[in-house]
Amino acid sequence: MSFRAQFELHDWNEVKQSIYSKTSADVETALHVSKRTLEDFKALISPAASRYLEPMARLSRELTQKRFGKTIQMYIPLYLSNECTNICTYCGFSLDNKVRRRTLNADEILKEVEVIKSLGYEHVLLVTGEANQTVHVDYFKKALDLIRPHFAQVSMEVQPLNQDEYEQLIPLGLHSVLIYQETYHQEDYRKHHPKGKKSNFNYRLETPDRLGRAGIYKMGLGVLIGLEDWRTDSFFTALHLNYLERTYWQTRYSLSFPRLRPFSGGLEPKVEMTDKELVQLICAYRIMNEEVEISLSTRESEKFRNHCIQLGVTSISAGSKTNPGGYAVEPDSLEQFEISDERSPAQIAEMIRMGGYEPVWKDWDNVFV
Amino acid sequence: MLKIADKEFQSRLFTGTGKFSSSDLMEEALLASGSELVTVALRRVDMNNTQDDILTHLKHAHIHLLPNTSGVRNAKEAVFAAQLAREALETNWLKLEIHPDPKYLMPDPIETLKATEELAKLGFVILPYIHADPVLCKRLENAGASAVMPLGSPIGSNKGLKTIDFLEIIIEQSNVPVVVDAGIGSPSDAALAMEIGADAVLVNTAIAVAGDPVAMAAAFKLAVQAGRMAFEARLGNKGNFAAATSPLTAFLDEF
Repeated sequence: MSFRAQFELHDWNEVKQSIYSKTSADVETALHVSKRTLEDFKALISPAASRYLEPMARLSRELTQKRFGKTIQMYIPLYLSNECTNICTYCGFSLDNKVRRRTLNADEILKEVEVIKSLGYEHVLLVTGEANQTVHVDYFKKALDLIRPHFAQVSMEVQPLNQDEYEQLIPLGLHSVLIYQETYHQEDYRKHHPKGKKSNFNYRLETPDRLGRAGIYKMGLGVLIGLEDWRTDSFFTALHLNYLERTYWQTRYSLSFPRLRPFSGGLEPKVEMTDKELVQLICAYRIMNEEVEISLSTRESEKFRNHCIQLGVTSISAGSKTNPGGYAVEPDSLEQFEISDERSPAQIAEMIRMGGYEPVWKDWDNVFV
Repeated sequence: MLKIADKEFQSRLFTGTGKFSSSDLMEEALLASGSELVTVALRRVDMNNTQDDILTHLKHAHIHLLPNTSGVRNAKEAVFAAQLAREALETNWLKLEIHPDPKYLMPDPIETLKATEELAKLGFVILPYIHADPVLCKRLENAGASAVMPLGSPIGSNKGLKTIDFLEIIIEQSNVPVVVDAGIGSPSDAALAMEIGADAVLVNTAIAVAGDPVAMAAAFKLAVQAGRMAFEARLGNKGNFAAATSPLTAFLDEF
């Protein structure tokens, strides 16, 4: 069993039409019913819901505070490698982007760790491109052995792996894995991933199933906003989340909403998503799902992030470098994308406190894994 | 329409066969209820006698039998009873009940899970009767249960849905049908179970011991239909929206 069977029951164009035909009455029903369905989610992300942003924001804040309190978790990415054998039209690490490649060795990893620790972080997200010849499961095992003792929680955003590979990494302290589908639109997915292992849409689609079967503690889902109609892609993400929550019920879930950012040699987004629309989407997910964690990266602007901590977001990164060696080893190497909010972790923590929330640096302990 | 394993049911009211003052009255009440799935205790039927009084009264084309293992105290006894029932009653459907506690008849979660794992391997369609424990329900689903039957309150108590908070979690999380079993004492209890999204309810005592069991069975039939209709019509939220004091989204107009 996997999500694929359920995914194939839904036609992209029919879903899109259904979302765009939702009315104000559908939105009001979605806001007022006691139990919400995926049809309500469609209403909440529809154009018709744009007139209900303030009540959506209030409900989203209320539900988020009920479940998470007034806290925001802090995490930071650690880019281990920018080597990649895929062509992705939107990514700075793409194979056809002629830049110097590097993969951090053990000494370099520890230098990066030292700087990240000095910033106060206990939750780290390891990031790589997809270069299976050099950055493979054995590399990840060694990296976890090095990194795990220094952090309370280690997450990964790397290429999709097989179930047995995840099963090897989880006992070494891998707490969560982020795996974005990029887009659920199969034809556009093929256009944006013409070469490399990543071009296999279904292998990527079934990655959360492999993770769930391997017994991961937490997994993160999302699409890259800008590739295709964000409303339709978000519905498929919600459908995927709904399936996973019921099937792998011992796993926790998080969502992210990365909007396409400029990068070296980059693609212009096919679809623009405004700040208002991103707020609508965050609130819609929260209203639909009270438990899911919602993460906001440094892709977003200072002003936007300042306000979003009250709207449903539960974790944010700060001080991020999106290049391998960016913290200590080689600060000027190629970035995966440009960040927008360049404030330091301390400044972000202060902003969170000023907003009446508590920045949480540690929310796990390595004795659990 | 409700589907459990390979069977579809028009009626979401399941009924039991215990505590009626006569088999004739039982049959009349069950027909009035419209129920298509009727549970019968293995320990009460003579499985070697095709003219058994209870079974004879249940021979209607629309009624499927759901043998239950009431009386067994552990997984081993339950598996044995299930195999006997399959052979004698020619059905692989089973309401799995294991209650070692003779006073409150509380279901044993550990033995129930063990028995479900074993019976799934043997090809049974298992509907386990359990406490309203959301984690146990997921474990049973993973073990191969075709539905779960959490209790509303102690069996035979007629106290209604004392476990409603947990039933709501179970219903939200379940990939298999949820049948609220035990404790439903009145049609309004049954309607409430259906309103919160239960797929079906199982009622026995409240019908069997009513002043007029046949009329009460009909009342339950209507209550279950009304509750389901209300669920499908989408109930409103009880909360109120706070009045806007300082808007959360005003910053979006400042760019």
